[in-house]
Amino acid sequence: MSAKPHIDAMTPVPFTVTKRTQELADTFTLELTPAVAGGAPAFLPGQFNMLYAFGVGEVPISISGDPAYPEKLIHTIRDVGAVTNALSKLKKGAQIGVRGPFGSAWPVNEAQGSDVVIIAGGIGLAPLRPAINHILANRTKYGRFVLLYGARSPADVLYVKQLQSWRGRLDTFVDVTVDHAGRDWAGNVGVVTRLIGRANFDAHHTKAFICGPEIMMRFTIKELTCLGVAKDEIYVSMERNMKCAVGHCGHCQFGGHFICKDGPVFEYARIENLLGVRGL
Amino acid sequence: MVKVEGLDKLMAEHPFFQGMDETSRKTLAGCARNERFGAGDYVAHEGKPAERFYFIRSGTVALEFHMPSNDGLVIETLHDGEMFGWSWMVPPYEWAYDIRAVELTRVISLEATCLRKKLKKDNALGFELYSRFVPVMAKRLSSARQQLTDMYGKS
Amino acid sequence: MSSAANAQADDLTGARTGAVVIESDRLDSLIKALRKGGYKTIGPKARDGAVVLEEITSAHELPLGLVDDQQPGSYRLSKAKKPAYFDFTHGSQTWKRYLFPPKEKLWTAVKTAKGFEVQSEVDAPKYAFVGVRACELHAIQIQDKVFVEGEYTTTGYKTRRERALIVAVNCRRAGGTCFCASMNTGPKVGDGFDLVLSEFTKKSTHEFLVESGSEQGEKILAKLEGRPATNADFKAVQKAANKTAKSMVRNMPGDATKVLADNLESPRWQEIAKRCLDCANCTMVCPTCFCSTTTDTTSLDGENAERWRSWDSCFTLDFSYIHGGAIRRENAQRYRQWITHKLTHWHDQFGTSGCVGCGRCITWCPVGIDITAEVRAIASKT
Repeated sequence: MSAKPHIDAMTPVPFTVTKRTQELADTFTLELTPAVAGGAPAFLPGQFNMLYAFGVGEVPISISGDPAYPEKLIHTIRDVGAVTNALSKLKKGAQIGVRGPFGSAWPVNEAQGSDVVIIAGGIGLAPLRPAINHILANRTKYGRFVLLYGARSPADVLYVKQLQSWRGRLDTFVDVTVDHAGRDWAGNVGVVTRLIGRANFDAHHTKAFICGPEIMMRFTIKELTCLGVAKDEIYVSMERNMKCAVGHCGHCQFGGHFICKDGPVFEYARIENLLGVRGL
Repeated sequence: MVKVEGLDKLMAEHPFFQGMDETSRKTLAGCARNERFGAGDYVAHEGKPAERFYFIRSGTVALEFHMPSNDGLVIETLHDGEMFGWSWMVPPYEWAYDIRAVELTRVISLEATCLRKKLKKDNALGFELYSRFVPVMAKRLSSARQQLTDMYGKS
Repeated sequence: MSSAANAQADDLTGARTGAVVIESDRLDSLIKALRKGGYKTIGPKARDGAVVLEEITSAHELPLGLVDDQQPGSYRLSKAKKPAYFDFTHGSQTWKRYLFPPKEKLWTAVKTAKGFEVQSEVDAPKYAFVGVRACELHAIQIQDKVFVEGEYTTTGYKTRRERALIVAVNCRRAGGTCFCASMNTGPKVGDGFDLVLSEFTKKSTHEFLVESGSEQGEKILAKLEGRPATNADFKAVQKAANKTAKSMVRNMPGDATKVLADNLESPRWQEIAKRCLDCANCTMVCPTCFCSTTTDTTSLDGENAERWRSWDSCFTLDFSYIHGGAIRRENAQRYRQWITHKLTHWHDQFGTSGCVGCGRCITWCPVGIDITAEVRAIASKT
């Protein structure tokens, strides 16, 4: 189920940049608002938009804002190619094209009453932030809430101030690790899966949301299933080449699933046999 | 000097020795001592003789490489209930990296020469030790390999 | 889709709104009627050694008397013993080149003081398609499911499709690579046409049974002069369809869907990769393949931008590219993607097979890879 955009799905809607924040050396966040009055469409956590840089091209970027406040459309973007590079050069007041929101969502409603474990790696924290926002805004509807995050190094920890404030809450367990660090880092060093054993949650009554590089997701799933988390309680966000985002161009197919409409969020049990097949 | 009985009790509390029969554990306790390191203290340095096998009761240690351009590159941190220092098993019995206590850390350590002697005498004891040790190393290897992929990419 | 099977078995009365038998020389008046009705009339023509689909102005442009010899990797046209208009089966082109053009402009954008403005574009001529085979009609309906019946609609396709008038034709001869009978998509046309032609060439007569399947078809039919259709005519059509179906040398194994789903790691994929050239011909000639890419361009001064959608193929290396590299880096993986999408995943995605058994991929593959044979090979675990 997704919130439908209100105009022709292949035509971008102009949005204005109202704020630009540099998060990491190669990662930045844009806050957007519709150029013409009408309000940004509501979105569900886990959904993405196609962002268009005038004359350059379009890329799929997860929405990283708060689903309770869709009028502030927030995207955290990593500068990895021509389009994201063009987006990184935009200043306050510039316009970009937005199509969406598209895709499936983190099952935050179905997770009510369970413990929730969120495991993110690298930029994977960005597509999960709307789910975190939603859960924290409705905290008492959930059991224990665990957030585990792994980044490359301390300089690559995304949303570090927010991680600190989430961690400061009395009802949330947050643990962060990095792949390597200097001596000035007193925190954890090691893969993010090593944090799972130290987190406190009921494996048999938990929903897990995982987002990060595919290899990280595979090992995290293994660790969780070994602890007893059911395969249909684990959710991952998949990524493939995307051109149209509406299921018409065929590029994002993963097995028989279109990542743009059957995903990007998938229940692990549904894609279990696909994840292991090379070059699928 | 803490009595062997006291050390045996502490070892029994450590996850590594879960399920080990009392006799074997008591035998190993004969090589044990209680140690504590302050924040920033080095437990070991790369290349130095590896003479002890460490079990963390509480605290955190960092496995570190020192490099010309980089004083200490931390590649792993280990916490309560974990163990480190296996180079005593493999000639030339030298530490593979620096080990630094990140915070106040209490350990039980087993002396290597004592251990090697006892293991040689009693193969069953060896089995008890290595069958617990191998899975830990397997997981460390797997984790290290994942770290090697540099999956998060450059910043 | 199943109505084709029913139609072949039971339909002797032609449950259509109207039917008339016309002399073959009256075919031209049909085409003229279409053109008078404002339809850009597209039909088969012989050119460059193959049958192509282009605009026609009269029946004289149709490939009268030509038959095709299609084999894996081979296509030849030759003169038939009995001159008929539609005894060739098909060429490399399909009707998708009109409903889903190889290149289509989606929109233009122009820079403004504040940013930019976007203007959608839709190019939707009113087409009449003359000579749509049963398999091709199914293919059009399959593409409808992709572009019109899903959660999002492609406006260009939808408009062109709504305006299109379909004059189908019943095959009375099977092509060398055809296997529509085993896919339940032919050889007799099912439903979804405006008019359908069935050709008869007897000793001294050359006629067409023309049946209408819609209001528009009825209107055109009313303009044609001929004799009323009889039961004998309908029986002859059925007889020809049965004969055609029986003559097909190929068939798709009934369990193809499951065979492919269960054998994603079959060694056969590597074997195919030794032969497959990655030329993408199969995806170009296939009437249901719909993959496309979008291209964003600007004018030299950067003031104007356009977005175009153009045909793409899963056989290209960058089809599956994400940062770092392509997902399907090996030919074997790309071939597997194409055939499992076509025969297996399509069912999950759109409720039908993606294959209509037209055989074009077999004919136009330079090395003659036969998907029916490959499915068998995978099933037999060789």
